[in-house]
Amino acid sequence: MRDVGIVAFAESQLTYGTTNTPVEMIVPTVNEVLKNAGIERTEVDFWCHGSCDYMTGQPFSFVAAVDALGAWPPIIESHVEMDGAWALYEAWVKIQMGEANVALVFGNGKSSAGDMNRALTLQQDPYTVAPLWPGLTAMEGIGACAALQAGTVTERQMAEAASRARRDGAKNGNVLVSGSESADELLSRAVTSAPFRDHDLPAMADGVSAIIIAAGHAAKRIAKRPAWIRAIDHRIDHQNLGWRDLARSTSAAIAASEVGVHNDKVDIAELHTTFSHHEQLLINALQLRTDATRITPSGGALVGNALMAAGLSRFGHAARAIFDGTADRAVAHAQQGACLQQNIVAVLEGN
Amino acid sequence: MSDKAADKPLRVRMPIGIDYKWCAGPASTDYLTGLKDGRLYGRRCPVCQMVYFPPRNGVCARDGVMLGESVEVGPKGTVTTFCIVNVPFLGQTIKLPYVAATIILDGAHLGFSHLLQEVEATDVRMGMRVEPVWRDKSDWDYSLENISHFRPTGEPDAPFDDYARYL
Repeated sequence: MRDVGIVAFAESQLTYGTTNTPVEMIVPTVNEVLKNAGIERTEVDFWCHGSCDYMTGQPFSFVAAVDALGAWPPIIESHVEMDGAWALYEAWVKIQMGEANVALVFGNGKSSAGDMNRALTLQQDPYTVAPLWPGLTAMEGIGACAALQAGTVTERQMAEAASRARRDGAKNGNVLVSGSESADELLSRAVTSAPFRDHDLPAMADGVSAIIIAAGHAAKRIAKRPAWIRAIDHRIDHQNLGWRDLARSTSAAIAASEVGVHNDKVDIAELHTTFSHHEQLLINALQLRTDATRITPSGGALVGNALMAAGLSRFGHAARAIFDGTADRAVAHAQQGACLQQNIVAVLEGN
Repeated sequence: MSDKAADKPLRVRMPIGIDYKWCAGPASTDYLTGLKDGRLYGRRCPVCQMVYFPPRNGVCARDGVMLGESVEVGPKGTVTTFCIVNVPFLGQTIKLPYVAATIILDGAHLGFSHLLQEVEATDVRMGMRVEPVWRDKSDWDYSLENISHFRPTGEPDAPFDDYARYL
């Protein structure tokens, strides 16, 4: 295996209701991550993009995104209909195969382009589920009820996850909601869509995330302290909600075991928590010790969920903690689909 | 099964529809509002200095930067390449044969397709100078269809070197 590390990260200012086109949104962040790395775009030998056509309502909308990359002289690029974290995975494979040394990956989403709760329903089974229009919140509600009933997650843990996300969000700055409420205060609020209160739902955002990864020597040349991707794995649960145990995340547990999360201490874990109950489900699956591991210090997707970018941002924030020495060993996680259907887990190390 | 009706496949109609809010973005907003006023606006790339008309997605696809200043171009232009359409197809509204041409407006560096009329198809050539013929002002919308077609100006052809780079 080649040593591959994250060497630069950039994230756009999160907004809701941008009047820019998706392509206009991407340009500044791609240029910023190149600037952060201190490299020219011609040094990037593989580009990979994550986005979702259901969000823009245009088939092949990602093709236009190539305009944002300055694809002259011609570039080698690819696209995944997934969060940008899966674009990072593809680029990592490409580098492992020896076909690239420096890759720029990015994810973008404009949640304000429509009713995403409805649009994301279209990712479900097109014959038996999508035509019923359950909506993402209702599907996640079914998952949260299953977890609460099985006792794998408590209502208090959900409130604590939301409370911490809002406080960390205030420190991060680049989020859509923040606050200093305690878990008790949040629990005293009305249940708006059982079992959820408003703060259990993600703050939908428009945003872009971009990361540069590089192999061995190139990584050391670009970054003082690359966040080496020691292991990365992604696993998928069945897409039919009735055919899996929603009270636990089996695929996240397998991915965590494959990458050896517990081979050493875990300083921080950036978890892609889009609904508050996901956090405890993921802590259970990854068997994290919350007294030893700082959970999602960026605030996470709960307080700023730029669809298709938020997962890659978790990798970015975990890497940033390695860059600045806050952490020596970090776990980055991203998810896709309803009720944590797909999970990607990576171990990042500074040494 | 004895019940013949139960043997028939079950059919259900399950319509799918979603509404989207599409933003044209700043560059295309200039372009579209210009057309509504009968004017043609492109945008200049601050790196390569090329003027995009139309301004596409608001970025220079060559340099990967946001397009800069808005630039009024045309209205005259030059035919770079063209196609003589001889084949009838369903829904055809234009009399055959006709010419679909790629035109670069004066001051712009990107070709776009439009209809060429008021000329025999056999007389159309690369470098031919053309001008827009606008529809009646009362029909104008935020659309390039405000231009009914282009027609020859009668000026001498543009030399090949003038547009060779943009073919």
